[in-house]
Amino acid sequence: MSDLLRLATAGSVDDGKSTLVGRLLYDTKSVLADTLDAVHRASADRGLATPDLSLLVDGLRSEREQGITIDVAYRYFATPKRSFVLADTPGHVQYTRNTVTGASTAQLAVLLVDARKGVIEQTRRHAAVLALLGVPRLVLAVNKIDLVNYDEVTFSRIAKEFTAHATALGYTEDAVVEIPVSALAGDNVVEKSANTPWYEGPTLLEHLENVPVEPDPHDAPFRFPVQYVIRPRTAEHLDYRGYAGLVAAGTVKPGDEIVVLPSGRRTTVTKIDTADGELAEAAAGQSVTLLLADDIDISRGDLIASAGNAPTVTDDFEATLCWLAEKSLRPGARVLVKHGTRTVQAMVTELRDRFDEQKLSSVDSPASLELNEIGRVALRLAEPVPLDDYSFSRRTGSFLVIDVSDGSTLAAGLVGAPLPLLEDGVESCTGGSAAAPDTHALVSPGP
Amino acid sequence: MTLALDTLGRLESEAIHIFREVAGEFDRPVILFSGGKDSTLLLHLAIKAFYPAPVPFPLLHVDTGHNFDEVIEFRDRVVAQHGLRLEVAKVQDWIDDGRLEERPDGTRNPLQTVPLLDSITQHKFDAVFGGGRRDEERARAKERIFSLRTAFGQWDPKRQRPELWNLYNGRHRPGEHVRVFPLSNWTELDVWNYIEREGIELPDIYYSHEREVFLRDGMWLAEGPWGTAREGETLQRKTVRYRTVGDGSCTGAVESDAADIHAVIAEVAASRLTERGATRADDRLSEAAMEDRKREGYF
Repeated sequence: MSDLLRLATAGSVDDGKSTLVGRLLYDTKSVLADTLDAVHRASADRGLATPDLSLLVDGLRSEREQGITIDVAYRYFATPKRSFVLADTPGHVQYTRNTVTGASTAQLAVLLVDARKGVIEQTRRHAAVLALLGVPRLVLAVNKIDLVNYDEVTFSRIAKEFTAHATALGYTEDAVVEIPVSALAGDNVVEKSANTPWYEGPTLLEHLENVPVEPDPHDAPFRFPVQYVIRPRTAEHLDYRGYAGLVAAGTVKPGDEIVVLPSGRRTTVTKIDTADGELAEAAAGQSVTLLLADDIDISRGDLIASAGNAPTVTDDFEATLCWLAEKSLRPGARVLVKHGTRTVQAMVTELRDRFDEQKLSSVDSPASLELNEIGRVALRLAEPVPLDDYSFSRRTGSFLVIDVSDGSTLAAGLVGAPLPLLEDGVESCTGGSAAAPDTHALVSPGP
Repeated sequence: MTLALDTLGRLESEAIHIFREVAGEFDRPVILFSGGKDSTLLLHLAIKAFYPAPVPFPLLHVDTGHNFDEVIEFRDRVVAQHGLRLEVAKVQDWIDDGRLEERPDGTRNPLQTVPLLDSITQHKFDAVFGGGRRDEERARAKERIFSLRTAFGQWDPKRQRPELWNLYNGRHRPGEHVRVFPLSNWTELDVWNYIEREGIELPDIYYSHEREVFLRDGMWLAEGPWGTAREGETLQRKTVRYRTVGDGSCTGAVESDAADIHAVIAEVAASRLTERGATRADDRLSEAAMEDRKREGYF
């Protein structure tokens, strides 16, 4: 039984990321003959002596012409141990938008640096965004190690500097691994390199195959956003009323006491149904249908939660926004918030801080938030919604900010989610309604 | 029942989640259904998503008229078996009344775009499920699970939204629609492994059989209403199977002895050619062929 690892890659232009991803696909034999022939032909057409593996992954014609990649691309490869879904995130102009997108579902991220340049500003920015988005594990691929003559001292210096930065961002040392590689020559990508006898760690693929996959939060309290109410109204299932959804966190068993939010009505689970039959228990990640003891009013947008440990229901909260739109965000903006399966009207009442991902510091009360900027804001909702902190659950602590007029996605929102700042006390929570001094805690106003 | 899902379990759960999101947020969804393996899988997942209720969407088949009889027979049987509603848009009707012209090469795959868009407009479909997978072709690697199309069915890379967590944004203006791809993260091997695990029935032509075929551009094409061997091409009897089923004029068979699902999986696992490259002439026209067709509103 193979399992699935979702990973994202991030790096600056010219770090050789497309080549590294091409190398992973090529060396795991995930590239098939006709695709490879096309790459050989295209490389020869451009007068290249060896096939350009980056052509395996640079997809759209416009970006092949410019020699850059402009959007997140998804790649698939598998070994007997694991299947991999790789979000390949380009690392230039739109880097925040792309990194946030790739990181939002990733269990691990591979960051690339050029061994000749080491950890640069963009490496630190990427790592900060990955930390903010809660990607559990990082790999630093120190690429082009051949161009520094496979020098151990150079590698160790870069590894040490990166570990220090990642630790400052809140990563434990065992969550971060550095690997010396040459994507072009293949050193330590899939096969162990004879050129780095001083390196005793795993190759990149070995690491990806063996790294513990962070399980879905099974031991967390139960969370279940209701997607759809199933009512067959057939002779066979006359009174069937099931609540369909994907378990966002925790586990559920028949007999469990639950609360429906925002109404606050309580009841118990009588049955967990699927097309393959009833289940004795369901856990985070599973799509199921719940049947409940009492006939209470539940519809799409409601959240079913563990009665003993339910989230706060609030219409007023603090969040971190990764702003992904061309138009800027200013205080007072009216937007839509899509949280779980519910979309509500909202207003951004205050811009509190703008994150400086380079210095890991923040700027107080910015006038606006622009494309690819990250900041902390206060939001007020038209109706109360059950919110978890992002650090508790990526699924129930995340939301989209949507443009009211054209429906575009404006921002990725993280409930709570304090910025990974180097120094304490930069954030101020002055004024406003019932803002807690601890930014981890949810703001929870009265009724 | 183990609580940790394996790869297929995760892919299934993700697809079911996507079906339910669309059912919850759109007024008039439709599933594109040709009787091919990806659309059969799509339907299987839709049935599971709404069990024990019936699938709350109709099906739409854009019929090129160049079909394999076995596939049409299978399509109609599946529709009847599950009590589904099927709309058929026949390319021939568009040719007959002059809205479309037959191409000089006789291929009808590119002609599907107009009947598809006309049907979407006529029925006011606002979400259109397709079986597209990102592993099929490089231009699809950046496709979203929710892919916004203009009122002209066009795909504009600049208007595609970032897809964050598993929160899908399906908002669209009147006249626009969203193509939805629940199989985005599946590979060809995942599809076959799942078909085996679930015991999903497919049209017979996916398994090896004897057929009169001729060689054109390195592909074994069958004769049919779309034409037969030209001068210099000879019909011969071969043991073949199909890896995709589409317009008969440009869908090639591969020589294969894989007569059952186990043999097919072994063959796919060892395969040296991508599904589309091996068997779809229309993808070979140019390196960026798929990108162009996507912009036009084809899948």
